[in-house]
Amino acid sequence: MTAQAGTAASEMLRLDGVTVRFGTPGARPALDGVDLEVAPHEIVCVLGPSGSGKSTLLRAVAGLQPTDAGTVRLAGRDQTGVPPHRRGVGLMFQDHQLFPQRDVAGNVAFGLRMRRSSRTEQERTVAELLDLVGLPGAQRRAVASLSGGEQQRVALARALAPRPRLLMLDEPLGQLDRGLRERLVVELRRLFRELGTTVLAVTHDQGEAFALADRVVVMRDGRIAQSGTPLEVWQRPATAFVARFLGFDNVVEASVQAGVAATPWGKVPVPDGTPGGPCRLLVRPAGVRLTAAADGLPCTVAARTFRGTHVALLLQPADGPQIEAACPLHEAPETGARVGISFAVEDVVVLDAAAE
Amino acid sequence: MAVPLAFFAVFFAYPVAMIVGRGLNDGGQWQLGRFGTVLSDPDVLHVLWFTVWQAAASTALTLLVALPGAYVFARFDFPGKQLLRAVVAVPFVLPTVVAGSAFLALVGRGGLLDTLWGVRLDTSVWAILLAHVFFNYAVVVRTVGGLWAQLDPRQEEAARVLGAGRFAAWRTVTLPALGPAVAAAALMVFLFTFTSFGVVQILGGPTFSTLEVEIYRQTADFLDLPTAAVLTLIQFAAVLVLLVVHAWTVRRREATLRLVDASRTARRPRGRGQWALLWGTLAVIAVLLVLPLAVLVERSFAGPDGYGLTFYTTLSSAAAADSTFAVAPLDALWNSLAYGAAATAIALLIGGLAAAALTRSRPEPGPSGRTPLVTRLVRGFDGLLMLPLGVSAVTVGFGFLIALDRPPLDLRSSWWLVPLAQALVGVPFVVRTMLPVLRAVDSRLREAAAVLGASPWRVWREVDLPLVRRALLIAAGFAFAVSLGEFGATVFIARPDQPTLPVAVARLLGRAGELNYGQAMALSTLLMVVCAGALLVLERIRTDHSGEF
Repeated sequence: MTAQAGTAASEMLRLDGVTVRFGTPGARPALDGVDLEVAPHEIVCVLGPSGSGKSTLLRAVAGLQPTDAGTVRLAGRDQTGVPPHRRGVGLMFQDHQLFPQRDVAGNVAFGLRMRRSSRTEQERTVAELLDLVGLPGAQRRAVASLSGGEQQRVALARALAPRPRLLMLDEPLGQLDRGLRERLVVELRRLFRELGTTVLAVTHDQGEAFALADRVVVMRDGRIAQSGTPLEVWQRPATAFVARFLGFDNVVEASVQAGVAATPWGKVPVPDGTPGGPCRLLVRPAGVRLTAAADGLPCTVAARTFRGTHVALLLQPADGPQIEAACPLHEAPETGARVGISFAVEDVVVLDAAAE
Repeated sequence: MAVPLAFFAVFFAYPVAMIVGRGLNDGGQWQLGRFGTVLSDPDVLHVLWFTVWQAAASTALTLLVALPGAYVFARFDFPGKQLLRAVVAVPFVLPTVVAGSAFLALVGRGGLLDTLWGVRLDTSVWAILLAHVFFNYAVVVRTVGGLWAQLDPRQEEAARVLGAGRFAAWRTVTLPALGPAVAAAALMVFLFTFTSFGVVQILGGPTFSTLEVEIYRQTADFLDLPTAAVLTLIQFAAVLVLLVVHAWTVRRREATLRLVDASRTARRPRGRGQWALLWGTLAVIAVLLVLPLAVLVERSFAGPDGYGLTFYTTLSSAAAADSTFAVAPLDALWNSLAYGAAATAIALLIGGLAAAALTRSRPEPGPSGRTPLVTRLVRGFDGLLMLPLGVSAVTVGFGFLIALDRPPLDLRSSWWLVPLAQALVGVPFVVRTMLPVLRAVDSRLREAAAVLGASPWRVWREVDLPLVRRALLIAAGFAFAVSLGEFGATVFIARPDQPTLPVAVARLLGRAGELNYGQAMALSTLLMVVCAGALLVLERIRTDHSGEF
């Protein structure tokens, strides 16, 4: 693709080989050659454990963190040397960072004041946004008097007020309790759809990421491990790391030959077209079927955990690592029971053999 | 960062270097042999020994008297505590000249003790030591007591539950936590008393002389610049060492203590021992801190024919005073206020810029935990800002006269000379007060403003300034108070027809006659009222521990 301003801007944000190093040279970079694109109106969620470089990614895009290599482009324009206040992006901080000495309206109007909007314009926008985030008439309230959820809404309104071309959210719902989070995820998604906002969010919570995003990007150690729609990532984790991070523990070394894999758990069927040779397999707990003890792989039930909709069983085969299985409530065997298992091919995923 | 550096280079380093150069450089030849000559002079050695000795003794005495006070202020709740805390701090911002005259009125010839029991201490070292305790009591109570109040009492309770006795718990838990604060306070006291000028000048008589006083004598009385230069360098080196040690202890103090809200740790005293401690502290404060000031005020009203306003009314006319006094003593008050206001403005500008630069240029430590070189350099500058507190003010004053007398910087006849010198002493207080508050501002708050479109200058105005407004007021008050009281440098550079209050007091004290003495007391009282007023206003503003002073 050529770098002409008009044609190159098919994406809102584009990162090419962005690298950020902290501390001594030679230490592992916080961001290691990250390539990422975000299309206009797209909601992208970066998912990763703490220390994977997610927050650094946002800070680099906002211009708060100088990069050591690579380029950040916004709407096709290279942002090298552009200070944060001229980038026209919005950033919602993890703990909101509302200005304590200003009231709600003062916080929301801050970005508008910096852009020298007229006073009437400011008042109108503030009122609109407070309606939008569900806090109508809260203009004069002190920031300290707000609950966590309300602060979060004000922070969102403040970030949206200057109409940023890219809105970035750092752990947007991290500090809220569970019920509120689930409600807010739905609200946020509806809001961003309505406004047509381009969003780049980071979180360590997979539920939040899957609920919010059009596309999920999994990060690990400053690199992108996988990128795809929530369904793709959930169904086809690319590596053992992504699988484990999503909470799947049934990962084993395997050797594929003619549609069947040899594993420590015995023979496991693999999808058609799987190339032969060594690889790693993921068997989702739903794909572990209980049979009579005589059939299939004999196991002992080592533990059972009630999960509401189902029971999670931890099974210990005679040989090899433990296996997690999901089992309907009424069929769940007791701890210590002896069962047999077989594997359903539709829940078997071949992971990238090369990557860890 | 550039402006404060330039300010210190031009108005501090340059004059001091000039005067040292003039003293030691004779026709292009460096006369380093002067060191040997001066240092083998028994009189100089005596001064050196006395300087160190009295500073050590003053520090020990201050700690002995003030540490129980720190405990009382930290752990006990009693009526009038806030007011008493302010009262205790008054002496610290008082001009040394006032303290000198106050102790003169208490223990000097014809003083209170002399009249009552015929006891005179003004020719003994005790007067100096007591005056130093008077001054520095607040330093210990503030630095140590401030931390003590924030130590979690539950730490001691945990030790008690684990089987430690009351004293063992204090010794093994509280004392180690307080150690660095005590060391820092002791160093500050040592620094202040080591460079003591006004107090020793007034109370020491011909017998006792510190380095600073000796520098003044050599410069002003004997015009022996080489000796003065050597003494200046010696004092400079000693102060530098003290500051390095101080910076080190302060850093250790910042280390790893878990602090709690001070208002939750104090309670009413219980049992006979605690009440005795409280009353003992109150008695010490009454005798050592309040009594000298009270006597000063009393003397200022005690005219030749009973109590009256004689000394005050005569202040406003030049004729009533000694004929060599070109202006009415009261004019000194207006001079002082104008100089003080200008000095405060300069100190706020320079100190504010320095504090902002010091806050900004602190990069986050890398994951490796090593401190980058830049950070260490900045910390060094942090410490250097304290230097004017310790370097001979006399040298600075005289250096101003010598260094700033030719274009483009011909300020010798400029009105601004005095405020510039006074601002030099005010800046460290401004930086010390502002820095902790600025550092406490979450840097992400600034980032939030930047992302919302605020330029760096806008960020400072919109985020930092509103949060530090109170600290700024407090810093302004301190700068004003120390500017008012500055004596060592001002005595050199103030024009004879425009004396400041401390200079006028010193002049009056230097003359014989009851009227002069009474007027000195009256002027001192005025000065005290202005300084104490400034401080009491500050105490109302201050609700948190926003600085070290």
